[in-house]
Amino acid sequence: MEQDTIAAISTPVGEGAIAIVRLSGEEAFTIANRLFQTKDFQQVDSHTIHYGKLVDPKTNELVEEVMVSVMRGPKTFTREDIIEINCHGGMVSVNRVLQLALREGARLAEPGEFTKRAFLNGRIDLSQAEAVMDLIRSKTDRAMSVALKQMDGRLSSLIRDLRQQLIETVAHVEVNIDYPEYDDVEEMTHTVLTDKTTYVKTEVEKLLQTAKQGKILREGIGTAIIGKPNVGKSSLMNILAHENKAIVTEIPGTTRDVIEEYVNVRGVPLRLIDTAGIRETEDIVEKIGVERSRQALQEADLILLVLNGNESFTEEDAALFEAAKDMDFIAIVNKSDLEMKLDLDQVRQAAGDAPVITTSLIHEQGIDELESAIGDTFFDGSIDSGDLTYVSNVRHIQLLEQAETALQDALEAMENDMPLDLVQIDITRTWELLGEIIGEDVNDSLIDQLFSQFCLGK
Amino acid sequence: MYDAGRYDVIVIGAGHAGVEAGLAAAKRGAKTLMLTLNLDLIAFMPCNPSVGGPAKGVVVREIDALGGHMGKTIDKTHIQMKLLNTSKGPAVRALRAQADKVLYQQEMKYVIENQENLTLRQGMVEKLLIEDDQIKGVMTETKACYYADQVIVTTGTFMRGKVLIGDIEYESGPNNQRPTILLSEQLEELGFELVRFKTGTPMRVNSHTIDYSKTEIQPGDEVPRAFSYETTEFITDQIPCWLTYTGEVTHQIIDENLQKSAMYSGAERGAGPRYCPSIEDKIVRFNDKPRHQVFLEPEGRKTDEVYVQGLSTSLPEYVQKKLLETVPGLENAEIMRAGYAIEYDAVVPTQLWPTLETKKIAGLYTAGQINGTSGYEEAAAQGIMAGINAAAQALDKEPLILDRSQAYIGVLIDDLVTKGTDEPYRLLTSRAEYRLLLRHDNADLRLTDIGYDMEMITEERYAMFNRKKDLIQDEIARLEKTRIKPTKEIQEIIEEIGGSQLKDGILAADLLRRPEVKYDTIKRIVPTEDQLPEDVEEQVEIHIKYEGYIKKSNQQVEKMRKMENKLIPDHINYDEVHGLATEAQDKLKEVRPLSVGQASRIAGVNPADVSILLVYLEQGMRSKVSNE
Ligand SMILES: Nc1nc2c(ncn2[C@@H]2O[C@H](COP(=O)(O)OP(=O)(O)OP(=O)(O)O)[C@@H](O)[C@H]2O)c(=O)[nH]1
Ligand SMILES: [Mg+2]
Repeated sequence: MEQDTIAAISTPVGEGAIAIVRLSGEEAFTIANRLFQTKDFQQVDSHTIHYGKLVDPKTNELVEEVMVSVMRGPKTFTREDIIEINCHGGMVSVNRVLQLALREGARLAEPGEFTKRAFLNGRIDLSQAEAVMDLIRSKTDRAMSVALKQMDGRLSSLIRDLRQQLIETVAHVEVNIDYPEYDDVEEMTHTVLTDKTTYVKTEVEKLLQTAKQGKILREGIGTAIIGKPNVGKSSLMNILAHENKAIVTEIPGTTRDVIEEYVNVRGVPLRLIDTAGIRETEDIVEKIGVERSRQALQEADLILLVLNGNESFTEEDAALFEAAKDMDFIAIVNKSDLEMKLDLDQVRQAAGDAPVITTSLIHEQGIDELESAIGDTFFDGSIDSGDLTYVSNVRHIQLLEQAETALQDALEAMENDMPLDLVQIDITRTWELLGEIIGEDVNDSLIDQLFSQFCLGK
Repeated sequence: MYDAGRYDVIVIGAGHAGVEAGLAAAKRGAKTLMLTLNLDLIAFMPCNPSVGGPAKGVVVREIDALGGHMGKTIDKTHIQMKLLNTSKGPAVRALRAQADKVLYQQEMKYVIENQENLTLRQGMVEKLLIEDDQIKGVMTETKACYYADQVIVTTGTFMRGKVLIGDIEYESGPNNQRPTILLSEQLEELGFELVRFKTGTPMRVNSHTIDYSKTEIQPGDEVPRAFSYETTEFITDQIPCWLTYTGEVTHQIIDENLQKSAMYSGAERGAGPRYCPSIEDKIVRFNDKPRHQVFLEPEGRKTDEVYVQGLSTSLPEYVQKKLLETVPGLENAEIMRAGYAIEYDAVVPTQLWPTLETKKIAGLYTAGQINGTSGYEEAAAQGIMAGINAAAQALDKEPLILDRSQAYIGVLIDDLVTKGTDEPYRLLTSRAEYRLLLRHDNADLRLTDIGYDMEMITEERYAMFNRKKDLIQDEIARLEKTRIKPTKEIQEIIEEIGGSQLKDGILAADLLRRPEVKYDTIKRIVPTEDQLPEDVEEQVEIHIKYEGYIKKSNQQVEKMRKMENKLIPDHINYDEVHGLATEAQDKLKEVRPLSVGQASRIAGVNPADVSILLVYLEQGMRSKVSNE
């Protein structure tokens, strides 16, 4: 029923693991044929596995040697033709393979779309409909939240700026059309529009370059570990990072500056920030450290608030909860191996809706619970994993490539002297594509722009 | 109370929506009654004396292709006509005519009086007769009860209308006609949600008191033009409009008197249209603009009244006078009618089905400005559609819903019933996503078949239309297979138009695709046996030259249609649809879209909600199959 062919990475991505790029739809075989010039997957038996050399059809360059599973519909998960390309080379190469598939005509699958197709094509049992709907909901929300959180602030404002320029240009073309006698603006000309389009195209190409280097995303969700001195913040950092990054001693006030580390917890990319314990202090160095901790706290997307279970709840703890209250945070009651002196009910009350996890970091206890709590904060309880940094990056690349094509079409149309109201189609398209990257709604904004930019009326 | 007779369809109001509604219903064969407040004000233009313009002009042609009368009537009664956007692409060209207001009314009234199945009566409707959520008829203030199972309300800006000039306000319809109060109250009682909108009109001044020498002339086109495909007689004797400007002093006066404007003193509650702001609005919102255009438009051949386009206002009359004194050419202009703002009740249009029938009361339709639109053309478009659908229901025929790729009329109605509007809605070409397909030159090709199927188009016109279609097809086919050889003569012609020389033979169609080549050149190189009509040549040229874009649009349309064809059963319970976002759920419950396509256009329903809806519908379908 839905005819286009979709593609996505279908297994969790991590260094070393085998990742699969899965294609489903009418054109799965033809797209695969283009990527493996020596093979004809239309001809092979269904449900067979083949060894093949994957080649970039544009450059004829060998990308990777891979195994390809060929499954002809309807006996497949989606009941459509399916190709699965098994890659070994880690993130970079899976990424590359997916991008090639997209360039050859596949569309990046929406969150949960394979399952949706499986259901719509009658492959999944009726009783599971609700589960399917939930899956679509949670996957979409999660993709959205992560995608937006990860955008580098500078880049998203650059995109916003480009979009504003585009919509002003489009509004200019539109006002010429809908108010032909309105004399406040000059007629938009091919020359002006060509300049503008060329400029935007250069910017989009730069962005694409950045995206391809994987730099469009911030490298993780800012996660600040805060707490009073000596509660175990640096210990937590070391455990989540699987390495001794921060110095741990029994002396309160050990960490005096902000330490960063990139980690991946249950598919959520985090930029962990260990901070100096927050307390009133006279020590100049520590004072600066405390200031920076406060700063880190403000800039973070997620707070891990650590408490010492072996001490009673103090005003300082209360102040930390107060500082974290409007943000996503998780309260961690550490040192559970020692005598519990902290009133847990009081902690739960202070935490409100936020989860409270008990750990003993020196005995590595409670880590699992903590990791799933971190996952849940972003994924709303959804089970499956997969590196989202990744998916959003591929999505951005695809959108930017489409924007580049649209701008190219616009420029060619102008060279061929096409009327501006036709050229404008591709310019508006570019504006929409860039909007998708930063998750901005397109509804009626053009008309709003038209009437705020120009003084029109009868 | 007395029984005044039974009809198939009753139309309340005889403005631009009402007349098309009544005519359409009657033409389809429904016994139709039109009730209006004042028989002397049928198809009256209370605001600007013009018809058409970008998007709107296309709508007039669409109405004509469906068998409506706005186009034919303005063709007979205009004082000037222009084709707009001639320097731009074919997709955005449109006609606009200045009307002789009085003649327009007369002509339309005559058409109505001569329409079979159509009865015209003067009378104020006081009450809708309703039983079990089904309309049964109407009662007038003279206690005449007319019965019908389909009633179309087209009361424009009359519902609880209130006129505002400075600090003066009084209950009134436009142009000092009686407002409709009881109907508004009854709709509210029935549970309809109403909103308060406002619009305004400028002053009319006496032509003899204008110094035209200080203004610029704005003549009509020299080429005869017409909206209707049936028009064969053209008006050649045209009257010009004139252009002048406001200036700094004008703006100063407005600024000083802003508090006296009904609009800025806070007396007005309704949302005003951004699409035709008052002069006060323009000064406030764009105070850096040194001047604003003012068009002087004669209201007819046998009147001195001139419409001052650009000065719509609700300032006190004496300020209006003072402000005119600062506009070149209008220094001594005498106001014949002052400008005013009008505030009125409109029905929130998401309460309608795409047929324009209300969801609450079966058989009750609303069309025109009552649905929150602005403009005569938008009103007429809704009128004809409501008329068609009310008659269809009365006569047990299929309803007609035009989609967004078929007509601007489809865009208009879909926007209204799907998104609603928080200010008077005006059609703009940018509202159409398939603008290239919705051209003024192909309105007949898009809609004549539909008009004919509904018996609203004469056999004669249909035969003519089919001839045109054949000629277009044949000529495209000929150009697609005729090869042009690079002979010396042909190279010379190509050089003459500034093109690059042919290297090999080339298909005539491919040559036409070159930017510098027009159909005229092709005609010289490979002439047709008989001279083709101009509109046929135009279609051939557009079709071949813009083929790439047209194809792209058509692909998008196909995609849209797939979603449009996935119907949502009326009894769906959105509370049961697992995983829908709350906002989406609320919106879906309010709009009750007929298809997944329509659902996807509701603000607040995002792609994930659409996917979820698809899964839910599939589940429903499969469980139905397994139950049987
Ligand atoms: N008994 C016990 N000791 C712990 C636990 N976690 C950490 N510690 C000890 O507590 C002390 C402080 O740990 P750190 O991780 O340095 O604490 P911190 O919060 O980073 O301290 P500052 O950087 O000084 O603010 C060290 O001696 C750790 O070994 C635990 O779960 N149980
Ligand atoms: Mg530390």
